[in-house]
Amino acid sequence: MSALQTLTDAAAGNVGAIALLVPLLAPLIAAGVMALIPCHRVAATLNLLFSLLAFGAALVLLNDRPPGDMLLHLDDLNAALITLNTFVAFTSGLFSAGYIEHERQIGRIDPLTGRLHHVMYQALMFALNLAVLANNIALMWFGIELATLTAVMMVGIYRTPAALEAALKYFILGGVGVTLALFGTILIYFAAATDAKGGMEAMAWTALLIHADHFDPTLLNVAFIFLLLGYGTKAGLVPMHAWLPDAHAEGPTPITAVLSGLLINVSLYIILRFKMILTATPHTLPPGPLMISFGLVSVLFAALMLYRQRDIKRLFAYSSIEHMGIATLAFGIGGPLATFAGLLHMLMHSLTKSAIFFAVGHITQIKGTQQLAAIRGIGDSHPALGWGLAFAVLAIAGMPPFGVFMSEFLLINAAFAKTPALALLLIVGLLVALGALLLRLNEVVFSEGERIPGEVHQNNGLLRASRSLPLVTHLLLVLAAGLYLPGPLVAWFQHVAARLG
Amino acid sequence: MLGQSFPFDMAHMLAGGMVTVSFMLLFQDRLIALIWFLALHALALALALAWQAHRQAADDLYVAAALALVVKAILIPMGLRWLVRHLQIERTVEAVVGVGMAMLFGIGLVALSVMVMLPAATHSPLMWEDLSFALAVVMLGLLIMITRRNAMAQIIGLLSVDNGVTLAVVGIRGMPLVIDLGVACLLVAAMVVFAIYFKHIHQRFDSVDVHVLDRFRGEES
Repeated sequence: MSALQTLTDAAAGNVGAIALLVPLLAPLIAAGVMALIPCHRVAATLNLLFSLLAFGAALVLLNDRPPGDMLLHLDDLNAALITLNTFVAFTSGLFSAGYIEHERQIGRIDPLTGRLHHVMYQALMFALNLAVLANNIALMWFGIELATLTAVMMVGIYRTPAALEAALKYFILGGVGVTLALFGTILIYFAAATDAKGGMEAMAWTALLIHADHFDPTLLNVAFIFLLLGYGTKAGLVPMHAWLPDAHAEGPTPITAVLSGLLINVSLYIILRFKMILTATPHTLPPGPLMISFGLVSVLFAALMLYRQRDIKRLFAYSSIEHMGIATLAFGIGGPLATFAGLLHMLMHSLTKSAIFFAVGHITQIKGTQQLAAIRGIGDSHPALGWGLAFAVLAIAGMPPFGVFMSEFLLINAAFAKTPALALLLIVGLLVALGALLLRLNEVVFSEGERIPGEVHQNNGLLRASRSLPLVTHLLLVLAAGLYLPGPLVAWFQHVAARLG
Repeated sequence: MLGQSFPFDMAHMLAGGMVTVSFMLLFQDRLIALIWFLALHALALALALAWQAHRQAADDLYVAAALALVVKAILIPMGLRWLVRHLQIERTVEAVVGVGMAMLFGIGLVALSVMVMLPAATHSPLMWEDLSFALAVVMLGLLIMITRRNAMAQIIGLLSVDNGVTLAVVGIRGMPLVIDLGVACLLVAAMVVFAIYFKHIHQRFDSVDVHVLDRFRGEES
């Protein structure tokens, strides 16, 4: 009923209301269209056009804020995320055009699987955008569950033993995660329905936040623990992270980029939404210490695990766990500065990590392997690609002048102000991870390697662009954010951070 | 401790029945029997939902009960049974810990669930009882998952967790029906995805013991 109202509003000429539906409808329609198109080039082009449409709508939403309803809503927090989602969806779509074309040429995937890839890609985008734009807490859950299912389909797409293992593991662990999250969601509804009126209103996040001061604190505590465990599984927090490295290593690289860049981000965003409700209710357990411990354990564990990886995609998967830990830690510390740092870190990590996977995807296609031991001297044989990877890895390791440095620096400041010991542990984690990343970077890019040209031939302009454009764009954005954050952007982040508390 | 009225007793019996069946799932080591118990588990859930629907005269709970009956008690067990027969999977599954140990853990988890939910008793006794049972079923389901190595047995554990989550809905008034429908649709979709992978894995490895898969991990050990 409310969706219908949104539609009628849209018909009345409300640009914002239309723009709110486009990030959902464009991928949904695209998924249907892709199922019918056998030609890869046409499908890849359409994939890009639909992604661009969604991105355009998200840009409109940055200025024009339509009024929300019980199902969908838009505030400063998710407006930023939907822009990020649709942007990374577009660049990853561009990257996947060339990537999938090459996989087809070498016969790793057949035409039908290629088609499945495009359908699932857009379905995944629909699910993620739904989870971000949803006001209804059950709809958020629905989006994440759908995203998990489509991602499971994509992870196992190569049908190799390892890919099947990864997909099954992801399915089972992800299943536990979403079921626990559903239990938490029902408990929240329970707390709301006993006090406020039942029905859809007790599921709308905006209404929940308003009535939060009447909720039963005990019930909310139990609910938050389940939500943190459930969505924390999706966000890859240790110890619920076991699915993440396998899924990252075995799926096609465009999907790896989307998993790392978007899916884990969106899960963390949902935890944030529930944290806001918990903080608004008096006499509840403070969510901070819980999130701090999950975050810190993730950072330290992942930083140590980085040294043990022999697969290049698993290496950067563990780095994603580390960075989700950093963001969770930041939100756990709370306060305007740390929350600002956490938000910035989510954005910067998303852009940087997907850039890394664009480079890694190219490298694994050139070398024909993901084993770190077999990837040597990229800087010699492919200088541009090597430097691209080098800059991206330096950025993710937290080197200035990139954006990740900025968010980590702010976070360390905030941590020192709160508990110096916490800041020290965080610094230890960051340094350990830095060591591992530089060690591997040195081996992969700057060591002596056999000079095989091993070029991936692509004659089409679009496909050639797909090799470099996404990587360069992401790196430039991260560099720009590190050098100078525009005033309005800072004000925006501060406003969101103040609301998040 | 509650009013000794018949409706309460009935609700207790059905929810308590689910906890009992969860214990049966915990020690059962034959796949076909596990699937039967899962169907029984879902049947108890459907009855519990129907009983509440009758008590509250809530039509949407009747629909939820019907959904639980058709999807969880009939369709999914039938599908799982077909998979086991069709792929000729080994019928017995080994547990990681012994029966006695698993039972002790299970009893501990039930006690924990009651204690966790105790502070929420201030609102309404029905809600408290109901949530304790639901939490107990969820915990037992997770225990079933970690004591099994067979992928099918783990999924059965997960489905029993899902039944426990649905049991929590029993005590709530006015849970929108569309939620139940959406969850049921996703459940069916998830089971289709599972069946596809299960089939592939069985054909590739000739086993569904998840430990057989371990050597494919790209990690130094």
